[in-house]
Amino acid sequence: MSEERLSEPKIGNNTAGARENVTIDGNEAAAYVAHKTNEVIAIYPITPSSNMGEWCDQWSSEGKKNIWGTVPTVIEMQSEGGAAGAVHGALQSGSLSTTFTASQGLLLMIPNMYKIAGELTPTVFHVSARSLATQALSIFGDHSDVMAVRSTGFALLSSHSVQEVMDFALIAQAATLESRVPFLHFFDGFRTSHEVMKIEQLSLEDIRAIIDDKFVLAHRKRSLTPDAPVVRGTAQNPDTYFQSRETVNPFYTACPDIVQSVMDKFASIVGRQYHLFDYFGAPDAERVIVLMGSGSEAVHETVEYLLEKGEKVGVLKVRLFRPFSVKHFLNALPKSVKALATLDRTKEPGASGEPLYQDVVTAFGEALAAGTMPSASFPRIIGGRYGLSSKEFTSAMVNAVFDELKKSRPKNHFTIGIHDDVLQTSLEFDPAFTTEKDDVVRAMFYGLGSDGTVGANKNSIKIIGEDTPNYAQGYFVYDSKKSGTTTVSHLRFGPRPIHSSYLIKKANFVACHQWVFLEKFDMLENLVEGGTFLLNSQYSADTVWSKLPRVVQEQIVGKKLQFYVIDGYGVAAKTGMGGRVNTIMQTCFFAISGVLPKDEAIAAIKRSIKKTYGRKGEDIVKMNFDAVDQTLENLFKVHVPNAVESAIELPPVVSEKAPDFVKNVTAKIIAGFGDDLPVSAFPVDGTFPVATARWEKRNIALEIPVWDEEICIQCGKCAMVCPHAAIRIKVYDKKSVEGAPATFKHVPYRGKEYEGMEYTIQTAPEDCTGCQLCFEVCPVKNKKETRLKALNMKPQPPLREQERANWDFFLTLPEADRRTAKIDTIKGSQFLEPLFEFSGACSGCGETPYVKLATQLFGDRMVVANATGCSSIYGGNLPTTPWAKNADGRGPAWSNSLFEDNAEFGLGFRLSIDKHTEFAGELLKKLSPQIGEELTSAILNADQSDEEKISAQRARVEILKDKLKELASDESKHLLSLADYFVKKSVWIMGGDGWAYDIGYGGLDHVLASGRNVNVLVLDTEVYSNTGGQMSKSTPRGAVAKFAAGGKPVAKKDLALMAMSYGSVYVARVAMGANDLHTVKAFLEAEAYNGPSLIIAYSHCIAHGINMELGLESQKAAVESAHWPLLRYNPDLAKHGQNPFKLDSKAPKIKFEEYAYKEIRYKMLTKSAPEEAKRLLALAQEDVNMKWRFYEQLAAMKFDTPTNGQ
Amino acid sequence: MDLSTTYLGFRLKNPVVPSASPMSRTVDSIRAMEDYGASAVVLYSLFEEQIRHEAKELYHFLSYGAESYAEAMSYFPAKEEYYLGPEEYLEHIQNVKRAVDIPVIASLNGSTVGGWTEYAKNIEEAGADALELNVYYIPTDPNRSGSYVEQLYIEILQAVKAKVTIPVAMKLSPFFSSPVNMAKRLDDHGANGLVLFNRFYQPDIDLETLEVEPSVVLSSPDAIRLPLRWIGILHKNIRADLAASSGIHSGEDVLKMLMVGANIAMMCSALLRFGPKHIRKVLNEMQQWMIAHEYESLEQMRGSMSHRAISDPAAFERANYMKALNSFM
Repeated sequence: MSEERLSEPKIGNNTAGARENVTIDGNEAAAYVAHKTNEVIAIYPITPSSNMGEWCDQWSSEGKKNIWGTVPTVIEMQSEGGAAGAVHGALQSGSLSTTFTASQGLLLMIPNMYKIAGELTPTVFHVSARSLATQALSIFGDHSDVMAVRSTGFALLSSHSVQEVMDFALIAQAATLESRVPFLHFFDGFRTSHEVMKIEQLSLEDIRAIIDDKFVLAHRKRSLTPDAPVVRGTAQNPDTYFQSRETVNPFYTACPDIVQSVMDKFASIVGRQYHLFDYFGAPDAERVIVLMGSGSEAVHETVEYLLEKGEKVGVLKVRLFRPFSVKHFLNALPKSVKALATLDRTKEPGASGEPLYQDVVTAFGEALAAGTMPSASFPRIIGGRYGLSSKEFTSAMVNAVFDELKKSRPKNHFTIGIHDDVLQTSLEFDPAFTTEKDDVVRAMFYGLGSDGTVGANKNSIKIIGEDTPNYAQGYFVYDSKKSGTTTVSHLRFGPRPIHSSYLIKKANFVACHQWVFLEKFDMLENLVEGGTFLLNSQYSADTVWSKLPRVVQEQIVGKKLQFYVIDGYGVAAKTGMGGRVNTIMQTCFFAISGVLPKDEAIAAIKRSIKKTYGRKGEDIVKMNFDAVDQTLENLFKVHVPNAVESAIELPPVVSEKAPDFVKNVTAKIIAGFGDDLPVSAFPVDGTFPVATARWEKRNIALEIPVWDEEICIQCGKCAMVCPHAAIRIKVYDKKSVEGAPATFKHVPYRGKEYEGMEYTIQTAPEDCTGCQLCFEVCPVKNKKETRLKALNMKPQPPLREQERANWDFFLTLPEADRRTAKIDTIKGSQFLEPLFEFSGACSGCGETPYVKLATQLFGDRMVVANATGCSSIYGGNLPTTPWAKNADGRGPAWSNSLFEDNAEFGLGFRLSIDKHTEFAGELLKKLSPQIGEELTSAILNADQSDEEKISAQRARVEILKDKLKELASDESKHLLSLADYFVKKSVWIMGGDGWAYDIGYGGLDHVLASGRNVNVLVLDTEVYSNTGGQMSKSTPRGAVAKFAAGGKPVAKKDLALMAMSYGSVYVARVAMGANDLHTVKAFLEAEAYNGPSLIIAYSHCIAHGINMELGLESQKAAVESAHWPLLRYNPDLAKHGQNPFKLDSKAPKIKFEEYAYKEIRYKMLTKSAPEEAKRLLALAQEDVNMKWRFYEQLAAMKFDTPTNGQ
Repeated sequence: MDLSTTYLGFRLKNPVVPSASPMSRTVDSIRAMEDYGASAVVLYSLFEEQIRHEAKELYHFLSYGAESYAEAMSYFPAKEEYYLGPEEYLEHIQNVKRAVDIPVIASLNGSTVGGWTEYAKNIEEAGADALELNVYYIPTDPNRSGSYVEQLYIEILQAVKAKVTIPVAMKLSPFFSSPVNMAKRLDDHGANGLVLFNRFYQPDIDLETLEVEPSVVLSSPDAIRLPLRWIGILHKNIRADLAASSGIHSGEDVLKMLMVGANIAMMCSALLRFGPKHIRKVLNEMQQWMIAHEYESLEQMRGSMSHRAISDPAAFERANYMKALNSFM
């Protein structure tokens, strides 16, 4: 064991040009090398790898060149499968080509990966490793995706920290060129991909020195070219395939040594020495953990700690997992090893062990058989799983594994980090165990997404990383919701490299950027004795104490905390910062924490402000400077009394009335204690109860709508547009109002259909997000004061109690009778109960009103296939689900399969339902003698074209079921299980434009061509919203999006027109903000059409750069400019000799410009590329003109009745 | 026939100058105005608020929703550079200067002291021959006195004059208690010219929607009466040059303005109505009148009908009002 192996990889000795220290995340580190060493980059967004593609796209659009002096070509594809195909093609044509992906994206690349490897093609795929969708999707990090491709023939190289990501990206690139074995370079999603670290950036000279052009030229020489033609990719038969497959073996045999030689060359130039397997620990270690990924950093830290205690332990970090070199592996281990634990960050159900475990056991087994065992005896080898989906992996857990290795019969196939109370696989660990050193500053910041906390903290890390010799690390934990989101930032600064690849458990500084968090989180639990607590408080240092909840006071007194307050919002208001307290809180941190001398820190913050905002205008810089200066004058230390006196207790997480599952499981997740839930708490197959969002009272609205019943005209538009179903309308008998709270509002219904009944519009005060869409859409103006409407926004806190009681009462009022409601009107449709409520969507979301409308119209007989994306996240991200059910227990059944297959998935629903109905019909006919002819015939021939008829059919089915229960035949049992299918079911296939226009288009097209009765709802935001605004084929010309930084150069695809070309698909293009009645009609027609229907719904979006409360205005402008002409195409009309195409909006009233420049996505181009903006604007106007003319002619066409050829 | 005049120290071939309007948005239309005889041009206004607003808007929307959700750290590509300052306007000045020979007067519209000086300096550097300051300030605060508003004008002028060496004209509102005193104070603080008057956009109400609708109403010829009186009164009372603006449509209108003492007459509504060729028509009308009435130069008539020069000064004052009323009896 050399000494060198015991030491840390050091910052280099600068033999090859100056190296800059940079503070960046893992994705940027990988992208940096990839962009410098490739020519063609094909990308597709997927979390958490999207940023790598975004960086490359940005650098190329800025003209940044690779090491050969040319700007790499970056292209966004329609899917990861497409990206892999494009990379494969580029490689075959001799380019250096790469891609970035994760999770499902990597799975879609598998077919090409086999090809690329089989053809011995050098490339590096950079993967931010992420969980695979199994019982649930997860965006977080583990090795499930990487382990699923280990048989493709790609080499798998694992980097464990941000520095290693940069280093290994280059090592992989050099090694693939030399070995011809393609490489998959991976690092942990989020933990490494999104961790911000101070690292040493490789210089261009480093990269040039390590990439040998000889191999680049050799690669190019192998390219497909008509100047030296070859055929590659033949079909082979039993006589030849096998031998051909074996030809690659020498390359795989040589690969490990090549990687090591590149690592050695890297060490000689850069100074950091890596090995295929890096051992750290006691030279005479008896207990060793083997693992790969960021977890090895936590193990490293723990080993360091245990070594100081004299324990004989070590860690073997696996770098090159494929090809697995048994020789290098065995040589790297100390001969003294007696017990060995392998840790896999993946799960392989049914296997004899996870991949790394199997390889290690095999390595020892082979060595034993061959007599080449390095150790005296066969060590005890146990395997365990850890860290799935970014589950925390801490030094406490590592310590538990080392302890387990001491046992004579340690647990094998264990889990660590969870509590498995079903099969007891889990190891117990002591959460109090810590290896963090006192000289490391550990700071936690609780903020809102919208207050800029994370951005400010990223800035602080840069300041400390770049202005001081300290090492710095930042990691950020986000919310599962998209509105009112909480963020928790974990920052460490210290004199040594930071190996703590886990969240801070013992902070010495905690900042609470929002007062409301005091009631939501026990933030001070993690704060050490004598630590510092900074609170953004509207109360002064003199008055704040009495306002604190008891638990907070207890911690402050008990832990003798240093307590500071700042009126961040006061300073923000004075300095024009609005709701962004980021700069203010950042300044406080520097002023109090002492990480830097105060003056230096302030100067550094200002430099950083200048750098960050300089390009966004002098005013912004000045505003932030003011905020910094004002902050220092408003930051006060609180004199803490010795006694706890508060009577303010934390409110319960969920109501006592909640169902048991919600109380026992959901509430724990809501409260942030999901980690503590044992295995037995969860459903075994990912099936969860619906209607749980109503128990999670988030109270995120600052203001809520208050109804002015005197002037309300009862139009129902407010409930229609409410994205969160937080405004509801009921019309009910007068006597129902008895017992109502005193402040409960109701007025007589204005209209004939419910004459004499009472009418109420009620807000759910704790579920409303305060988006204001209802206020904006309200058509009424108060005659005495025209700024007031029939709904007016008022502060929520004083109304909370009162309106909570009113809301609870409102829920007890009877629901509308579906049979009599005029559901084809706005008013009537809004009496129907929404079965999609309080979702996690953005405040003011443009998609959810459509989803909610569908559930009002069809929810009690609806089944939903939801493509991955925003709608699957706000619809299905734990802890709670917005999909609900009615009092009869009926409601939408919902599932998300994948991103790419949603149309097919939904078609499967239809096929199954049709089969069930068909089979049920066959059984009913057979059982007709027992059931009765009349009922049989009535059921089989039932007209279910409206709610009343559906209700009648339900009643018949109930009678049938009663009769069936009396029969005891196999057939009657089967029919009983299928009888409900006689009531027609409504299949809905929902998703965004990323799915419908791009990745899922092939499947969607096929489903539309199938003729089956499915309803497709495309929530069209014209951009990939969920992954952060990447261009889709729906993005309009001239709009800026990621991967279209210079404005989308081509017109958007006309999906409606493409679907119409079949002639058998009902198609509607709707925009609720422009014509809500048209939307309702289109939904009803689409559902009624007995065949495939496609509704394309304009959905304003946060990614448009608009004031979300004015989203409906944007919709209106989109229609008035004819960017979004409203239309319906109903094939049934053609059968009656009418033109099936109806152009439902009026000729353009405003120019495209007037619509477009309401939105930053278009307008920003005028600020970044004014000339190009003008050019694209002119073309976009021409697109609109052309399309309008075309539609007008379509609408004017004559459709004569077909003559059947006579 | 000598139609020449002077304004802000420039010798102009005639007194017809297009005032700030959308007509000066393109180099082509400015060149057309020059071809039809415009002797100088005031460019459309650079709006201070617009620049500030756009910077803040961009800052707000590019960061809105960012760093809140794990899958979407941002919603827009991170561009390095934006044109958020007055770049477009400055570039326009440069392009116009290259394209025409007549003096180019830039116009700056704003309401706070902060934005003026920096942009004024930029405008000078971009090559503008002179600068017109359009102080668009609507005092809505009942606690703000008239003298506060007057002081604001003075401060802005001082701040700009301290930064630039090109001539500076002030475009004024007619709503001062003592317009003559105000003009004199501006004159004392170095204003090289005064433009009388600014026509503020006036709001209107849509009775159907109950919304306030900003709407632009082009001036009518009788609007010349307002500047006519005050220029007549100011003539020779101050050193600064006087530019008449509001309602000037015909050659006769221009002549009237010169007679009361204006150095130039600015046109906007008439050009928007009839196009740049209208300038030639106005110049022809002037020449024909001067031929018919045997005037040789404009110098002869300038100020000839001013408050000082006329036989009955009361005609400019209250007596004039009485006379006007009596004329209806």
